[in-house]
Formats: sequence, structure tokens, C-alpha cells
Amino acid sequence: MKILGIESAAMTASAALLKDDAIVCEYTTNFKKTHSQTLLPMIRSVMEITETAAKDVDVFAVSEGPGSFTGLRIGAATVKGLAYAADKPVVGVPTLAAMAYACHGSQYVLCPMMDARRTEVYTALYRFDGEAFICLKESCCLPVREIVAEAEACAAETGSRVLYLGDGADVYKEVILSTAAAAPVFAPAHMKSPRASAVAEYGRVLFEQGKAVSAFEFEPVYLKKSQAEQEREAAGLATE
Amino acid sequence: MYTKGTFMEDVYILAIESSCDETAAAVVKNGREVLSNVISSQIALHTLYGGVVPEIASRKHVEKVIPVVHEALKEAHMTLDDMTAVAVTYGPGLVGALLVGVSAAKAIAFAANKPLVGVHHIEGHVAANFIDHKDLEPPFACLVVSGGHTHLVEVTDYGKFSIIGHTRDDAAGEAFDKVARAIGLGYPGGPKIDKKAKEGNAEAITFPKAKVEGAFYDFSFSGLKSAVLNYLNHAKMQGEEVNDADLAASFQKAVVDVLTEKAMAFVKEKGYKDLAIAGGVASNSALRASLTEACEKAGVRFYAPSPILCTDNAAMIGCAGYYEYMSGTRSDWDLNAVPNLKLGER
Repeated sequence: MKILGIESAAMTASAALLKDDAIVCEYTTNFKKTHSQTLLPMIRSVMEITETAAKDVDVFAVSEGPGSFTGLRIGAATVKGLAYAADKPVVGVPTLAAMAYACHGSQYVLCPMMDARRTEVYTALYRFDGEAFICLKESCCLPVREIVAEAEACAAETGSRVLYLGDGADVYKEVILSTAAAAPVFAPAHMKSPRASAVAEYGRVLFEQGKAVSAFEFEPVYLKKSQAEQEREAAGLATE
Repeated sequence: MYTKGTFMEDVYILAIESSCDETAAAVVKNGREVLSNVISSQIALHTLYGGVVPEIASRKHVEKVIPVVHEALKEAHMTLDDMTAVAVTYGPGLVGALLVGVSAAKAIAFAANKPLVGVHHIEGHVAANFIDHKDLEPPFACLVVSGGHTHLVEVTDYGKFSIIGHTRDDAAGEAFDKVARAIGLGYPGGPKIDKKAKEGNAEAITFPKAKVEGAFYDFSFSGLKSAVLNYLNHAKMQGEEVNDADLAASFQKAVVDVLTEKAMAFVKEKGYKDLAIAGGVASNSALRASLTEACEKAGVRFYAPSPILCTDNAAMIGCAGYYEYMSGTRSDWDLNAVPNLKLGER
């Protein structure tokens, strides 16, 4: 079983190939948001190094969002093109879940967050109960202070602490430190950014749960409507 | 010259276009034979907002790109494996919209092991003439008029252009949209003004025909647009009723006269025997009539694509992509969307 994982929801661009139980190749950058130029060459490198043709891939797993609208679209259009041409299914992996899943077995309440600007973050809450991966709060967009309070409340229930990861945890570190009552834990560099390896591995879990769709059906999860639609809605006007 | 010899295999191009508010895909055989031309238009969606909303357009492209490609292959009774190459519009246009087509095209070409050819959107519009007019070959003069472009160009060879004149401010189609909005016709302005103008008197109001100092072949439409808006404001303040049909007809005439005058002057100066038009505004009935008449008088052959090939479509990208492919153009996997790509640049 071969799963190609693709991540381009935010600053990270990443491609990885999961072959049975091993990540046989991963290529990750956290450099510039030039995903439209870099993502396909990265995928090509991963495929070439592992001597894999697109048709050899069984499932294409992609970080579905939330995240940068443009980044999500580059990932979505790319995965749709690959999956269509290879005639294989797509698994959309919630971006924040993949990030939390990378902290397998952690004792902490896991709070991935990505900067959504204006002191808001795309965030969610997860924890592991032994090997069971539990979602405490689905992906949403919230002010940093609100999610920090909620994460702390969850941690207090289990006598645990909160592990913050993602670029939002960097951008709003001061806010988190000044809001949190219990000492927050910040993920180290190798764990805090989204990775295509985690997208591929958690993609397999979702695939085994029957959550694959076709290249036609897959859609990114933007969470927010466009500014123009939000404004019309606020004015009480129809958007369709 | 790309004469199809017996030793040559047929060349099939799968083309993808997503530069503005149409998601389109087509299969084109040997450059000029359109096997399929599928267009998913978003006009109804953007009408609510009085113009194209880039974020909404980009999202819609993501939704439609694969269905449209699939439909194009199906209508052509072909598979991806049958294609020789994949061509895609990479500019100019809305960056978020372009990125969807470019990303999908790259992935499809890569996974299907086909060469990729990036195509200039305007080069595509010009090429639309090759599809409808099998006898047309470079060199010829071409007037490119759309919502985003107003260019007078010399097509020196397939894929080779010299820009003779361009607009200094608004594109002709943009002026149509703005005037249409001002008289409450809504979006898209071009076809609505065209229709309204048919009921009006084009001589009723005299609007200025803007000239660009020291650059005869350049255009300027913002002054004309302001003159129309001023006329409307003045009438409103005086409590006078404006005849929308007369205004639409007079405004349209001012645009058409300028376009005709410059195109014909250029054709005459260079001694061209062929003049083509391209772009969305090329389907304007007054412009077609005016150029048909002027060309007839001047003994010049006039070419215009059928209306379906004037709007954004992928068949024209497939045609332009074919000539690019035959001349050896290949794009790398790092091909990016270039929103302000200039004509003749790569």
C-alpha cells in the first residue's frame, strides 16, 4: 500500500510517501510561500527517489484545511490532478488533526493553531488516551485567548497540561503566556509544523475508516466564506 | 509553417483555462480542429456582486476543474493517454484563479507523463481566429479587446507578437462594465450595452474620443468613461431624464470609432491584407459591423472568431498551445501563475 501525502495549507510545503509501514521519503520546507512553484517539483523528487510512478500510488492524502486559502487551493488542485490522472482516490486530512496526530501517545492536551490574522487562529483540540486519538474540539477559527482558556479547562479535567504547536503558537506566544494560568508547553521545532508524513499516516487511518472520495468530489475545508460573501450575509443579503 | 506531413503523427492537446470566471477545458487536434470545448461559466454567481469576486472565482475553479477536464476528454472520445501534451493558461489574469488551472494542469501532465506547455491568455484569444478561419496565417494585424486588455498587435508568426498600441488606463471591456453599472444594466456590461444600444440613437450624444499624446496607436478609455458619468450626473442635477438606449449607443459608438480608426490606420500604414479581432469585446455587434465595413472599403480581409470563441475558453488555449508545442516550448514543473504576464514574454 502506497500513500502520497501532501501538505501546503500554510507556510509548510511538504510531500511524503508512505509505503506499507514506513515513510520512505519526505521533503519538507518551511521557507517561503512559493508553493505554486515548489510543491510539484517536491512531489516529483519524492516519486523519483523512491522510483514510484503516479499510477503506483494507491491513495492520495492531502491536508484539507483550514489554512491559507491559496495554499489549500494549490494542494487541492494538485491532488485532484494527480488522483484524476492516476485514477485513484483522495483522502482529505484535517490539517490540525494531522499536526496533533504527529504527537502520538502524548500525555498533553494538543492544541495546534495556525495564524488566521487579527489575533484569530485556526485551531482544534485533541488528546491521546493511550493509543486512541480523541478529538476534543473540531477545527474552528477563534480568538487566541478563547482557545487557550478552553484548552486549559480540558487539561485541568485530566490533570494534564497543554502542548501548543503550529505557526500560531509562535506568532501568539506572548498572548498564550499571558493568558494561560498553568505553564504552557511549546512543541519543539521538529514537531510543531505540519508534515506530509503525518498527513499520509493519518490519511491511512481515515482511508481505513472508508473516508476516501474521488478526485471529482474532494474539496478543501476553508472554514470561512469569502470576504464578499461575509459582507453580504452581514447585510442580510442572499449569497447565491 | 507547420504543414502536416504524412510522416507526422497527429498532435492532441488537452488545454485548461481558469484565468478569470470561466473554468474551461478542451481537446484540440493538430492546432485547428476542436474536438471538444467545455466551459463552466460562473457569471450568474458574480452578477450578485456586480463583478468578479476573485476568492469566489478561485473556489469555483477548484470545484469545476476536474469535471470540466473529464467532460472535455469524454466529448472528444479520448483518454488522457491519447493526449500529446497538456497546455494551460498561466497569465495574465486573477492570480488565485490562474493558480487552480496551473496546479491541476501540472499535476495531470506529471502523473500522465505528458509535456506541459504554459500559454499566454491573449495569445489564446488571438489563436481563436485560427480555429474558425483555416486560411488565416501570420503575419496579420490583430485588435485584442476584452475586459482586461486593449491591444493593437502585429502577429508576425505563430506565438510571435509586436505590440503596436495598448490602453494607457481602462480596457475597453472595463469601460463597458462601468458604464453598464452606471445606467443600471448590471454585469457583465458588454453584452448588455450591446443589446441596449440597438434601441438607441448613436448620434444622440457626442462623447470625446480620447487621444494619447505622442502615441497614436495607444488607447485611453477612462476619459470617455468619466465623460459618460459626468453626463449622467449633470442630467440628474438638472432633473433631466436620460435616454439609456441613446447613451449606451453613443458611448458604444465612441469606443467602436476609436478602435476602428486606429486598427484601420495601422493596417494601411503597414499594408496588411488581413485584420483580425480577438477577446470578449470582439463579439460586440457594433464593433464587428464597423470593422467589416471599414475593411471592405479598404480591401482588407476581416476575421473575427465566432462568439463562443471570443469569450474565455480552452479551445483557443489548445490552439495556441499546439503552435507553442510545435515550436519546442516546454514548461517546467515549477511553472507559476503570472497575473501581469506581458504579451510576447515567457
